[in-house]
Parts: sequence; structure tokens; C-alpha cells
Amino acid sequence: MKAYDLVIVGGGPAGLAAAVSARDHGIESILIIERDKELGGILNQCIHNGFGLHTFKEELTGPEYAARFADQVRERQIEYKLNTMVMDISQDKKVTAMNREDGMFEIQAKAIILAMGCRERSRGALNIPGYRPAGIYSAGTAQRLVNMEGYMPGKEVVILGSGDIGLIMARRMTLEGAKVKVVAELMPYSGGLKRNIVQCLNDFDIPLKLSHTVVDIEGKERVEAVTIAEVGPDRKPIPGTEIRYTCDTLLLSCGLLPENELSRSAGVELSPVTSGPIVNDSLETSIDGVFACGNVLHVHDLVDYVSQEATTAGKNAASYIQHGKTKDAKIVEIIPEGGVRYTVPKFVRPTEMEDKLTVRFRVGAVYKNCAIATYYDGTLINKRKRPVMAPGEMEQVILDKSKLAEFPDLSKITVRIEEA
Amino acid sequence: MSEIRDLTCIGCPLGCSIQVTLENKEVKEVRGNTCPRGDAYARKEVTNPTRIVTSTVRVSGGKSIMVSCKTAEDVPKNKIFDVTAALKDITVNAPVHIGDILVPDVAHTGVSIIATKNVEKAD
Repeated sequence: MKAYDLVIVGGGPAGLAAAVSARDHGIESILIIERDKELGGILNQCIHNGFGLHTFKEELTGPEYAARFADQVRERQIEYKLNTMVMDISQDKKVTAMNREDGMFEIQAKAIILAMGCRERSRGALNIPGYRPAGIYSAGTAQRLVNMEGYMPGKEVVILGSGDIGLIMARRMTLEGAKVKVVAELMPYSGGLKRNIVQCLNDFDIPLKLSHTVVDIEGKERVEAVTIAEVGPDRKPIPGTEIRYTCDTLLLSCGLLPENELSRSAGVELSPVTSGPIVNDSLETSIDGVFACGNVLHVHDLVDYVSQEATTAGKNAASYIQHGKTKDAKIVEIIPEGGVRYTVPKFVRPTEMEDKLTVRFRVGAVYKNCAIATYYDGTLINKRKRPVMAPGEMEQVILDKSKLAEFPDLSKITVRIEEA
Repeated sequence: MSEIRDLTCIGCPLGCSIQVTLENKEVKEVRGNTCPRGDAYARKEVTNPTRIVTSTVRVSGGKSIMVSCKTAEDVPKNKIFDVTAALKDITVNAPVHIGDILVPDVAHTGVSIIATKNVEKAD
């Protein structure tokens, strides 16, 4: 059996940044396993710009952002296998994978970084009534077809869900000559970034109907029409508000789910809120030496944050390989409250953590003129005003190791949304 | 001749609703913004709105059949469709590298279309 110090599952933005970081922290024996035919992951189909404002201080397109990290991987001569699918990860860090050249093979790793990314929520997961004709795609599938394979999936389009990929595809399909008739969003607010609503919908006079959902799909062979209706506060359709749109295509952009089949079968403990692994301050999962970063851990709004997080995971995996398991340290749980849905990480080791630890989270609703408050047990440590917070955008608090050291008997950290 | 334009600022996640009053195509008043960036965005957006346009063109003899591309600089918003239409029938030969000029002076904008992805020759 082949052996590597570090195996990274996934060659997207998270896997690439983690590999570069692990190498820069002294790990020579690294293997990245990628199932697609090239490095870069989903960025390769995200041909729009707006990536990298934080990391590179310029606006790049997805493929350009991916290429910068892929170049760093190649410059460091880090090994990678393309067209290779990981089938299983065992608790003792044996990775089973397969491809056309090597067949099925096993690799023993000292540490593993999970960087598999996420998947789109499918029609099946949404329970949309109606027929099951051709012409129903997830927005990301349509994006791949148009941008990478050169196919237009349809001419007259209805989009359900206002996630960023849906908004981006509304513009993309319009530019390629399709008529996008409406974007319907179940929630009373958009799940996408504001700039995308302006640049992708308003620029092209595409209507966005909030608090609306699809109640019927017509067509037996191919989509012929889609009916949407307004929903009440209970998110149930209101009779009499139906609008019917003739169309040949329905795109779904209704949220992303971390892709954790491998993590689950390895026995990694997952969070019911994020669907990603539960990790401590070093981004280590419930299995020693197995780390997670990027969208497999929790769905990010900006790739820059994925790269930052992956850099941390790579560094910590390197340290694990070099120094072995950290001695049993005191663990403090971060409790999300009052509108904070979850935090990543969930556990902090006050004696082992970095001097400054970024804790990321999302809120459950739109909050205006509120504040993010951090408590160590009952003591208010920090309160930061935020004019607006929305579920579509990530928030963060920074924990200070020196401040935590002042609370040797700390039992919990609480992060909550409060009135400003 | 006075005209009122409603905009949503894209300067930050706040997304202020901004009202711009124009008189003879000149900005007379900007209202609703909560910071100077909103004011600057609104003035540019009503007088000379521009965008980076991203798209794809076909590649012949490469490892991929499409290569992604963008305008090297902002182009006027009303030229977006002219730019994408001009790319429809273009095929470039592999290899293509990031930054290569694929179409000079696209749709008479004075701006080039450049590649945003590397596509090597097929084996």
C-alpha cells in the first residue's frame, strides 16, 4: 500500500490552499485527489468576476482565481491525481480511491484534509409538485453546460431560488440569448448577494418575486409551463395568487449542502445545522488527524474565506503530522444563541488555539441595526454593531487567546445577536 | 426636464435604496445613501454605467472545447449585448493562456476580450 503523510480529498479552492499551506509548513509527502479532469473545482465554471478582492486585492474570474492556486501547487511540485474518485476513508486514515489507470487502490495517510465542497439541493429535496419532464436543472448544472460544455439548456427560463448561482445564471442565460421570465424566491429576502441582484437581475429587467414558490410544472416530455404562487408567513401557497409562465426550462438555485458521504462513513461527527463536520479551533474533526475546510465544512459566501480557512487547516495538519496528537487540553464549547445559527469552529482549546481565532457563522434572518455579542460565561467580552446582517452573508467574531487566559474556569462561550 | 431614478447601491451588503434626481441629464440630488460611497456609485451609475463582461468562446484542438474570457476593462452597460453577440461565432485555436487577447476592440468598444483560463493543446 502506498503511504503519504497528508492526503487531501478534493482539488478545489479549499484543497489547493490547504496543500500549499501544508507544504509551506514543512510537509513533503502530500497527495491531492481530484475527481474532475483538472484542478480548481467549481471555480472553473464560475466564469463571472468578483473573486479574490480580499486575497489578491483585485477582481478575478473564477478560473483565474483557481489558476493562481493551481500554479502555486505546481510550483511546489505537490503531487495530485486527477479523474480519481475517493470511495472510502477509514477511521485509521486509509483512503480507498479509484481511477481508470490504477483501478482501485489504497493509500495510508498520517493526516487527511476533507475538502470535498458542496452540492446543490435537488428537486427531490425540494418536494416540488408536478410532472417530471426534461428541462429541469440545478443552476450549477446549467452553469457547467453553458460555460464548459458549450450547450444552452433552454430558451425560455424560470428560476426558483435566488441563491447566487441562480442570479448569475439568470444573467448568463440572458446574455446567451435566452429569455429569463422570472426568479421566484420562497423567503421574503434573497439568498444571494445584493450586488448580484443589481448586476444580474436589475440590469436586465428580470423580475424577482420574493415570497413565491413553484406550485406546478407542466409538460410530459419537456417542460412546457411553470406556475408560481405567493406564499404566506407559513410559506404555504396562497390560493388565487398563481401566475403561469410558459417556458422550456426550470433552474433550481435553492441552497447548497456540504458533501459529506465520505466523512459520514468514516465516522466523522456532523453538525445537523451545517451538515458539515464538527471541528475544534484547529479545524480537526471528531477523528484525530482528520481536518476539514471550505464548503464541505460549511457553505461560504466568498471563496477568499475558503482559502483562508484551508490555509489554517493545512498548517494544523502539518503540525499534527510533525508533532502528533496534541495532549488532552481543556475544551470550551461555543454556544450560538439569539439568531446565530451555528459557529465554526464549535470547540475551542484555550491553551492550544492561535493567538487570534476567527469564528465564522451565519444568522437565521435579516437583522437591522443589531450587534454581535460575545460572552465568556456570563461576562460580556465584546459587542460589535452591525447595520445589517442577512442569512446570505457570513459573519465572524475574533477570539483572543490572551483574553481567554483570564478565564481559567470558563465553561462556555456564547455568541448572540442583540439589540445595538 | 427633471427625472428621478431609483437605484440599489452595491457598495456594501447594506444595499441602500438611492433616489437620484437628474435635471437635463445632470445629477441634481442624491438621496437615501448612508455614506459617501453610495453617492459616488449613484452618480456614476446614472451618468456612465459600466460593467466587466464575462463570457466564453469556442476552442479548436484544445483539452476543453470552451475557454472563459472577459473584457480587459469596463465597457458601457449598453454595449453588453453587442459584446456577447460579437463572441458568438468566434473560435480560437489551442493553446490559449490567461491574458491572451482573443478579440481586439470587441464590438468597437476599444476594449479587448482576454482569456481567463488556460486551455492546452489536446494530447
